[in-house]
Amino acid sequence: MERETISVTVNGRAYERQVEPRRLLSDFLRDDLRLTGTHVGCEHGVCGACTVMMDGVTARSCLTFAVMADGAEIETIEGLGSVDAMHPVQRAFWEKHGLQCGFCTPGMLMTAVELLERNSDPSVDDIRDAISGNLCRCTGYQTIVDSIRYAAHLMREDGA
Amino acid sequence: MYPFTYHRPASLDDARARLAASEDGRPLAGGMSLIPTMRFRLSSCSDLVDLNAIDGLAGIERHEGGIRIGAMTRHAAVEASAEVREAIPALAALAGSIGDVQVRNRGTIGGSICFADPAADYPAGILGLGASVNTDRRSIAADDFFTGLYETALEDGELVVSVDFPVPERAGWAKFGNQASRFAVVAVMVSLAGGAVRLAVTGAKSHVFRVPEMEAALAADFSAEALEGIAVASEGLNEDLHADAAYRAHLVGVMAKRAVRAALAP
Repeated sequence: MERETISVTVNGRAYERQVEPRRLLSDFLRDDLRLTGTHVGCEHGVCGACTVMMDGVTARSCLTFAVMADGAEIETIEGLGSVDAMHPVQRAFWEKHGLQCGFCTPGMLMTAVELLERNSDPSVDDIRDAISGNLCRCTGYQTIVDSIRYAAHLMREDGA
Repeated sequence: MYPFTYHRPASLDDARARLAASEDGRPLAGGMSLIPTMRFRLSSCSDLVDLNAIDGLAGIERHEGGIRIGAMTRHAAVEASAEVREAIPALAALAGSIGDVQVRNRGTIGGSICFADPAADYPAGILGLGASVNTDRRSIAADDFFTGLYETALEDGELVVSVDFPVPERAGWAKFGNQASRFAVVAVMVSLAGGAVRLAVTGAKSHVFRVPEMEAALAADFSAEALEGIAVASEGLNEDLHADAAYRAHLVGVMAKRAVRAALAP
Protein backbone atom coordinates (compact mmCIF):
# COMPACT_ATOMS: atom_id res chain seq x y z
CA MET A 1 0.00 0.00 0.00
CA GLU A 2 1.08 3.49 -0.78
CA ARG A 3 2.30 5.55 2.11
CA GLU A 4 0.87 8.99 2.72
CA THR A 5 2.80 12.00 3.92
CA ILE A 6 1.18 13.74 6.85
CA SER A 7 1.97 16.90 8.80
CA VAL A 8 0.80 16.94 12.37
CA THR A 9 1.43 19.30 15.25
CA VAL A 10 1.83 17.41 18.50
CA ASN A 11 2.17 19.37 21.73
CA GLY A 12 3.14 22.43 19.73
CA ARG A 13 5.85 20.70 17.70
CA ALA A 14 5.40 20.09 13.97
CA TYR A 15 6.13 16.63 12.58
CA GLU A 16 6.09 15.36 9.02
CA ARG A 17 6.05 11.61 8.54
CA GLN A 18 5.14 8.95 6.01
CA VAL A 19 2.50 6.53 7.21
CA GLU A 20 0.52 3.62 5.90
CA PRO A 21 -3.18 4.60 5.73
CA ARG A 22 -4.14 1.87 8.20
CA ARG A 23 -1.70 3.22 10.80
CA LEU A 24 -3.71 4.26 13.83
CA LEU A 25 -3.05 7.60 15.46
CA SER A 26 -2.28 5.78 18.72
CA ASP A 27 0.44 3.66 17.08
CA PHE A 28 1.72 6.69 15.19
CA LEU A 29 2.15 8.64 18.42
CA ARG A 30 3.72 5.77 20.31
CA ASP A 31 5.86 4.03 17.71
CA ASP A 32 6.64 6.71 15.14
CA LEU A 33 6.94 9.74 17.41
CA ARG A 34 7.97 7.73 20.50
CA LEU A 35 5.41 9.57 22.61
CA THR A 36 4.53 6.57 24.72
CA GLY A 37 2.49 8.42 27.33
CA THR A 38 -0.65 7.74 25.30
CA HIS A 39 -1.63 4.23 26.28
CA VAL A 40 -3.28 1.53 24.21
CA GLY A 41 -5.66 -0.67 26.16
CA CYS A 42 -8.58 -2.33 24.39
CA GLU A 43 -7.67 -1.10 20.88
CA HIS A 44 -11.30 -0.94 19.82
CA GLY A 45 -12.80 2.16 21.31
CA VAL A 46 -14.00 1.04 24.71
CA CYS A 47 -11.41 1.77 27.39
CA GLY A 48 -10.42 5.38 26.64
CA ALA A 49 -6.77 4.90 27.67
CA CYS A 50 -5.69 6.26 24.26
CA THR A 51 -7.65 9.51 24.60
CA VAL A 52 -5.85 12.56 23.18
CA MET A 53 -6.97 16.04 22.20
CA MET A 54 -7.47 16.53 18.49
CA ASP A 55 -8.16 20.09 17.40
CA GLY A 56 -9.26 20.97 20.90
CA VAL A 57 -11.58 18.07 21.71
CA THR A 58 -10.95 14.59 23.03
CA ALA A 59 -10.69 11.73 20.57
CA ARG A 60 -9.80 8.08 20.87
CA SER A 61 -6.50 7.76 19.05
CA CYS A 62 -7.12 4.03 18.53
CA LEU A 63 -10.24 4.87 16.50
CA THR A 64 -8.55 7.50 14.38
CA PHE A 65 -6.23 6.84 11.47
CA ALA A 66 -3.06 8.89 11.55
CA VAL A 67 -3.86 10.08 8.01
CA MET A 68 -7.08 11.60 9.34
CA ALA A 69 -4.98 13.78 11.63
CA ASP A 70 -3.12 15.36 8.70
CA GLY A 71 -3.08 19.09 9.45
CA ALA A 72 -4.49 18.61 12.93
CA GLU A 73 -3.25 19.88 16.28
CA ILE A 74 -2.83 17.01 18.70
CA GLU A 75 -2.22 17.29 22.40
CA THR A 76 -1.08 14.30 24.40
CA ILE A 77 -0.31 13.72 28.04
CA GLU A 78 3.32 14.72 27.36
CA GLY A 79 2.10 18.23 26.57
CA LEU A 80 0.07 18.64 29.72
CA GLY A 81 2.81 19.29 32.23
CA SER A 82 6.12 18.07 33.59
CA VAL A 83 7.28 16.72 36.92
CA ASP A 84 8.50 20.19 37.84
CA ALA A 85 5.50 22.02 36.44
CA MET A 86 2.47 19.83 36.78
CA HIS A 87 -0.89 20.74 35.33
CA PRO A 88 -3.43 21.26 38.14
CA VAL A 89 -5.19 18.06 37.05
CA GLN A 90 -1.93 16.12 37.37
CA ARG A 91 -1.27 17.68 40.76
CA ALA A 92 -4.77 16.78 41.93
CA PHE A 93 -4.44 13.14 40.83
CA TRP A 94 -1.10 12.99 42.63
CA GLU A 95 -2.37 14.52 45.85
CA LYS A 96 -5.69 12.66 45.94
CA HIS A 97 -4.29 9.29 44.85
CA GLY A 98 -6.37 9.27 41.67
CA LEU A 99 -4.55 6.22 40.35
CA GLN A 100 -3.17 2.88 41.32
CA CYS A 101 -1.51 1.13 38.38
CA GLY A 102 -1.69 4.31 36.31
CA PHE A 103 -2.48 2.69 32.97
CA CYS A 104 -5.75 4.56 32.43
CA THR A 105 -4.39 7.81 33.85
CA PRO A 106 -3.19 9.58 30.66
CA GLY A 107 -6.60 9.17 29.02
CA MET A 108 -8.39 10.00 32.26
CA LEU A 109 -6.39 13.24 32.56
CA MET A 110 -7.10 14.34 28.97
CA THR A 111 -10.81 13.72 29.49
CA ALA A 112 -10.73 15.60 32.80
CA VAL A 113 -8.98 18.56 31.20
CA GLU A 114 -11.68 18.79 28.53
CA LEU A 115 -14.43 18.64 31.17
CA LEU A 116 -12.82 21.36 33.29
CA GLU A 117 -12.36 23.61 30.27
CA ARG A 118 -16.13 23.46 29.72
CA ASN A 119 -17.28 23.35 33.32
CA SER A 120 -15.20 24.94 36.06
CA ASP A 121 -17.34 23.53 38.89
CA PRO A 122 -18.63 20.10 37.86
CA SER A 123 -20.85 18.04 40.14
CA VAL A 124 -20.03 14.42 40.93
CA ASP A 125 -22.65 13.39 38.35
CA ASP A 126 -21.08 15.68 35.72
CA ILE A 127 -17.69 14.09 36.42
CA ARG A 128 -18.98 10.53 36.29
CA ASP A 129 -20.77 11.28 33.03
CA ALA A 130 -17.66 12.89 31.55
CA ILE A 131 -15.37 9.97 32.39
CA SER A 132 -17.87 7.29 31.35
CA GLY A 133 -15.71 6.58 28.30
CA ASN A 134 -12.59 5.92 30.38
CA LEU A 135 -12.27 2.61 32.17
CA CYS A 136 -10.25 2.15 35.35
CA ARG A 137 -9.92 -1.35 36.77
CA CYS A 138 -8.13 -0.39 39.99
CA THR A 139 -9.67 2.50 41.85
CA GLY A 140 -13.42 2.00 41.68
CA TYR A 141 -13.39 5.59 40.38
CA GLN A 142 -13.93 7.16 43.82
CA THR A 143 -10.47 8.72 44.08
CA ILE A 144 -10.57 9.72 40.41
CA VAL A 145 -13.78 11.65 40.99
CA ASP A 146 -12.23 13.19 44.13
CA SER A 147 -9.15 14.17 42.12
CA ILE A 148 -11.15 15.86 39.38
CA ARG A 149 -13.21 17.79 41.94
CA TYR A 150 -9.98 18.87 43.62
CA ALA A 151 -8.49 19.82 40.25
CA ALA A 152 -11.53 22.01 39.58
CA HIS A 153 -10.95 23.67 42.95
CA LEU A 154 -7.24 24.23 42.17
CA MET A 155 -8.03 25.66 38.75
CA ARG A 156 -10.66 28.02 40.14
CA GLU A 157 -8.15 29.21 42.74
CA ASP A 158 -5.49 29.69 40.06
CA GLY A 159 -7.97 31.64 37.99
CA ALA A 160 -9.13 33.77 40.90
CA MET B 1 -6.52 -4.67 9.78
CA TYR B 2 -6.41 -5.20 6.05
CA PRO B 3 -4.65 -2.45 4.09
CA PHE B 4 -6.58 0.05 1.97
CA THR B 5 -6.00 3.11 -0.16
CA TYR B 6 -6.91 6.38 1.51
CA HIS B 7 -8.61 9.33 -0.14
CA ARG B 8 -9.42 12.69 1.32
CA PRO B 9 -11.52 14.54 -1.24
CA ALA B 10 -12.35 18.23 -0.74
CA SER B 11 -15.69 18.09 -2.56
CA LEU B 12 -18.71 15.84 -2.75
CA ASP B 13 -18.22 15.39 -6.50
CA ASP B 14 -14.65 14.27 -5.94
CA ALA B 15 -15.78 11.86 -3.23
CA ARG B 16 -18.38 10.35 -5.56
CA ALA B 17 -15.85 10.00 -8.34
CA ARG B 18 -13.35 8.26 -6.08
CA LEU B 19 -15.97 5.89 -4.71
CA ALA B 20 -17.15 5.11 -8.23
CA ALA B 21 -13.59 4.47 -9.42
CA SER B 22 -12.73 2.16 -6.54
CA GLU B 23 -13.17 -1.57 -6.59
CA ASP B 24 -14.81 -1.78 -3.16
CA GLY B 25 -14.67 1.68 -1.64
CA ARG B 26 -16.39 2.91 1.46
CA PRO B 27 -17.03 6.41 2.75
CA LEU B 28 -15.57 7.27 6.16
CA ALA B 29 -17.35 9.74 8.43
CA GLY B 30 -16.51 9.82 12.15
CA GLY B 31 -15.26 6.24 12.08
CA MET B 32 -16.73 5.33 15.45
CA SER B 33 -18.37 2.19 14.05
CA LEU B 34 -16.49 1.52 10.83
CA ILE B 35 -12.98 1.63 12.30
CA PRO B 36 -13.68 -0.92 15.07
CA THR B 37 -15.25 -3.32 12.56
CA MET B 38 -12.21 -2.92 10.32
CA ARG B 39 -9.94 -3.58 13.28
CA PHE B 40 -11.82 -6.80 14.01
CA ARG B 41 -11.58 -7.68 10.31
CA LEU B 42 -15.37 -7.85 10.23
CA SER B 43 -15.21 -5.43 7.35
CA SER B 44 -12.59 -4.37 4.87
CA CYS B 45 -12.47 -2.25 1.78
CA SER B 46 -10.15 -1.50 -1.12
CA ASP B 47 -10.49 2.25 -0.64
CA LEU B 48 -11.54 4.49 2.20
CA VAL B 49 -12.95 7.85 1.13
CA ASP B 50 -12.69 10.23 4.08
CA LEU B 51 -15.52 12.80 4.06
CA ASN B 52 -14.04 14.92 6.86
CA ALA B 53 -12.38 17.50 4.60
CA ILE B 54 -15.48 18.29 2.53
CA ASP B 55 -16.82 21.78 3.24
CA GLY B 56 -20.51 22.27 3.85
CA LEU B 57 -21.39 18.79 5.08
CA ALA B 58 -21.45 19.78 8.75
CA GLY B 59 -23.74 22.30 10.35
CA ILE B 60 -27.18 22.93 11.81
CA GLU B 61 -29.66 25.27 10.17
CA ARG B 62 -33.04 26.41 11.42
CA HIS B 63 -35.41 27.24 8.60
CA GLU B 64 -39.13 27.72 8.03
CA GLY B 65 -39.95 24.03 7.79
CA GLY B 66 -37.71 22.73 10.54
CA ILE B 67 -34.11 21.91 11.24
CA ARG B 68 -31.54 20.70 8.76
CA ILE B 69 -28.53 18.85 10.12
CA GLY B 70 -25.56 18.23 7.84
CA ALA B 71 -24.45 14.62 7.51
CA MET B 72 -21.01 15.27 9.03
CA THR B 73 -22.37 17.09 12.08
CA ARG B 74 -20.93 15.54 15.25
CA HIS B 75 -23.22 14.28 18.00
CA ALA B 76 -21.67 16.81 20.41
CA ALA B 77 -22.69 19.66 18.09
CA VAL B 78 -26.30 18.48 17.99
CA GLU B 79 -26.30 17.99 21.76
CA ALA B 80 -25.02 21.55 22.31
CA SER B 81 -26.95 23.30 19.52
CA ALA B 82 -29.14 26.15 20.79
CA GLU B 83 -31.39 25.74 17.71
CA VAL B 84 -31.96 22.03 18.34
CA ARG B 85 -32.46 22.50 22.08
CA GLU B 86 -35.05 25.17 21.41
CA ALA B 87 -36.95 23.49 18.56
CA ILE B 88 -36.59 19.75 19.28
CA PRO B 89 -35.12 19.27 22.77
CA ALA B 90 -35.74 15.52 22.52
CA LEU B 91 -33.29 15.36 19.61
CA ALA B 92 -30.61 17.17 21.64
CA ALA B 93 -31.30 14.71 24.47
CA LEU B 94 -30.89 11.79 22.07
CA ALA B 95 -27.55 13.12 20.78
CA GLY B 96 -26.34 13.67 24.34
CA SER B 97 -27.17 10.08 25.27
CA ILE B 98 -24.98 8.52 22.56
CA GLY B 99 -21.91 6.60 23.72
CA ASP B 100 -19.49 8.79 25.66
CA VAL B 101 -17.81 12.17 25.23
CA GLN B 102 -15.10 10.84 22.93
CA VAL B 103 -17.66 9.16 20.66
CA ARG B 104 -19.87 12.26 20.59
CA ASN B 105 -16.89 14.42 19.63
CA ARG B 106 -16.17 12.36 16.50
CA GLY B 107 -19.30 10.42 15.55
CA THR B 108 -21.67 11.93 12.98
CA ILE B 109 -25.39 11.73 12.31
CA GLY B 110 -24.81 10.68 8.71
CA GLY B 111 -22.40 7.95 9.70
CA SER B 112 -24.74 6.64 12.36
CA ILE B 113 -27.78 6.30 10.10
CA CYS B 114 -25.80 4.86 7.18
CA PHE B 115 -24.24 2.23 9.42
CA ALA B 116 -27.75 1.46 10.76
CA ASP B 117 -26.67 -0.42 13.86
CA PRO B 118 -29.74 -2.13 15.37
CA ALA B 119 -28.95 -0.51 18.76
CA ALA B 120 -28.01 2.96 17.50
CA ASP B 121 -29.97 5.96 18.77
CA TYR B 122 -30.32 8.18 15.70
CA PRO B 123 -32.47 5.74 13.69
CA ALA B 124 -35.21 6.15 16.33
CA GLY B 125 -34.79 9.92 16.10
CA ILE B 126 -35.14 9.87 12.31
CA LEU B 127 -38.18 7.55 12.31
CA GLY B 128 -39.86 8.89 15.45
CA LEU B 129 -39.61 12.50 14.30
CA GLY B 130 -40.51 11.73 10.69
CA ALA B 131 -37.32 13.21 9.26
CA SER B 132 -36.22 12.91 5.66
CA VAL B 133 -32.75 11.92 4.59
CA ASN B 134 -31.26 13.98 1.76
CA THR B 135 -28.65 12.25 -0.36
CA ASP B 136 -26.56 13.42 -3.29
CA ARG B 137 -29.39 12.31 -5.58
CA ARG B 138 -32.77 12.30 -3.77
CA SER B 139 -34.70 12.68 -0.55
CA ILE B 140 -35.70 9.52 1.32
CA ALA B 141 -38.58 9.48 3.83
CA ALA B 142 -37.75 8.08 7.27
CA ASP B 143 -40.24 5.26 6.77
CA ASP B 144 -38.35 4.05 3.70
CA PHE B 145 -34.77 4.56 4.89
CA PHE B 146 -34.07 1.73 7.35
CA THR B 147 -34.67 -1.62 5.66
CA GLY B 148 -32.94 -4.26 7.77
CA LEU B 149 -30.04 -5.24 9.99
CA TYR B 150 -27.29 -2.75 9.03
CA GLU B 151 -29.30 -2.17 5.83
CA THR B 152 -30.65 1.07 4.41
CA ALA B 153 -32.34 2.18 1.19
CA LEU B 154 -29.07 3.76 0.00
CA GLU B 155 -27.78 2.63 -3.37
CA ASP B 156 -24.15 1.84 -4.09
CA GLY B 157 -22.11 5.00 -3.83
CA GLU B 158 -25.04 7.11 -2.65
CA LEU B 159 -23.99 9.64 -0.03
CA VAL B 160 -26.13 11.20 2.68
CA VAL B 161 -25.77 14.97 2.64
CA SER B 162 -28.17 16.12 5.35
CA VAL B 163 -31.23 15.22 7.38
CA ASP B 164 -34.36 17.41 7.59
CA PHE B 165 -36.33 17.29 10.82
CA PRO B 166 -39.79 18.83 10.99
CA VAL B 167 -40.44 20.60 14.31
CA PRO B 168 -43.10 18.68 16.26
CA GLU B 169 -45.44 20.18 18.84
CA ARG B 170 -44.04 17.70 21.33
CA ALA B 171 -41.39 15.02 21.32
CA GLY B 172 -39.81 12.82 23.96
CA TRP B 173 -36.78 10.56 24.16
CA ALA B 174 -36.33 7.70 26.63
CA LYS B 175 -33.47 5.25 26.61
CA PHE B 176 -32.54 2.17 28.56
CA GLY B 177 -28.85 2.08 27.73
CA ASN B 178 -26.36 -0.69 28.14
CA GLN B 179 -24.37 0.36 31.19
CA ALA B 180 -21.01 -0.25 29.53
CA SER B 181 -21.43 0.68 25.88
CA ARG B 182 -24.38 3.08 26.24
CA PHE B 183 -25.90 1.50 23.13
CA ALA B 184 -29.68 1.25 23.45
CA VAL B 185 -30.98 -1.97 24.93
CA VAL B 186 -34.30 -0.33 24.08
CA ALA B 187 -34.93 3.33 23.34
CA VAL B 188 -38.01 5.20 22.14
CA MET B 189 -38.60 8.49 20.35
CA VAL B 190 -42.19 9.71 20.33
CA SER B 191 -43.52 12.83 18.63
CA LEU B 192 -46.82 14.63 18.19
CA ALA B 193 -47.31 16.88 15.17
CA GLY B 194 -50.60 18.10 13.75
CA GLY B 195 -52.55 15.43 15.62
CA ALA B 196 -50.38 12.64 14.23
CA VAL B 197 -48.21 10.57 16.53
CA ARG B 198 -45.02 8.71 15.62
CA LEU B 199 -43.42 6.28 18.04
CA ALA B 200 -40.20 4.57 17.00
CA VAL B 201 -38.23 1.91 18.85
CA THR B 202 -34.54 1.11 18.47
CA GLY B 203 -32.45 -1.64 20.06
CA ALA B 204 -35.28 -4.17 20.10
CA LYS B 205 -35.23 -5.67 16.58
CA SER B 206 -33.02 -6.03 13.53
CA HIS B 207 -33.78 -2.39 12.80
CA VAL B 208 -35.83 0.52 14.06
CA PHE B 209 -39.63 0.17 13.87
CA ARG B 210 -42.85 2.01 14.67
CA VAL B 211 -45.61 0.70 16.95
CA PRO B 212 -48.97 1.55 15.26
CA GLU B 213 -51.14 0.41 18.22
CA MET B 214 -49.31 2.79 20.55
CA GLU B 215 -49.46 5.60 17.98
CA ALA B 216 -53.24 5.18 17.61
CA ALA B 217 -53.78 5.20 21.36
CA LEU B 218 -51.61 8.29 21.75
CA ALA B 219 -53.34 10.08 18.87
CA ALA B 220 -56.60 9.69 20.80
CA ASP B 221 -55.07 10.61 24.15
CA PHE B 222 -51.45 11.78 24.35
CA SER B 223 -50.65 10.54 27.83
CA ALA B 224 -48.58 7.75 29.36
CA GLU B 225 -51.79 6.25 30.75
CA ALA B 226 -53.13 5.76 27.23
CA LEU B 227 -50.39 3.16 26.71
CA GLU B 228 -51.56 1.06 29.62
CA GLY B 229 -52.20 -2.51 28.52
CA ILE B 230 -50.64 -2.15 25.06
CA ALA B 231 -47.92 -4.76 24.77
CA VAL B 232 -45.43 -5.44 22.03
CA ALA B 233 -45.05 -9.12 21.13
CA SER B 234 -41.70 -10.57 22.11
CA GLU B 235 -41.53 -12.72 18.98
CA GLY B 236 -38.69 -11.65 16.73
CA LEU B 237 -37.13 -9.28 19.24
CA ASN B 238 -33.39 -9.30 19.84
CA GLU B 239 -31.92 -11.52 22.54
CA ASP B 240 -28.47 -11.20 24.04
CA LEU B 241 -26.84 -11.44 27.42
CA HIS B 242 -28.15 -8.01 28.35
CA ALA B 243 -31.84 -8.74 27.78
CA ASP B 244 -33.95 -11.59 26.45
CA ALA B 245 -36.87 -10.99 24.07
CA ALA B 246 -39.53 -10.92 26.78
CA TYR B 247 -37.58 -8.35 28.79
CA ARG B 248 -37.03 -6.22 25.69
CA ALA B 249 -40.78 -6.34 24.94
CA HIS B 250 -41.43 -5.16 28.49
CA LEU B 251 -38.87 -2.39 28.11
CA VAL B 252 -40.58 -1.12 24.95
CA GLY B 253 -43.70 -0.45 27.02
CA VAL B 254 -41.76 1.19 29.83
CA MET B 255 -39.62 3.35 27.54
CA ALA B 256 -42.69 4.38 25.49
CA LYS B 257 -44.37 5.68 28.64
CA ARG B 258 -41.23 7.47 29.77
CA ALA B 259 -40.84 9.04 26.32
CA VAL B 260 -44.43 10.32 26.44
CA ARG B 261 -43.84 11.73 29.94
CA ALA B 262 -40.67 13.40 28.69
CA ALA B 263 -42.64 14.88 25.79
CA LEU B 264 -45.24 16.26 28.21
CA ALA B 265 -42.68 17.63 30.68
CA PRO B 266 -42.71 21.42 30.80
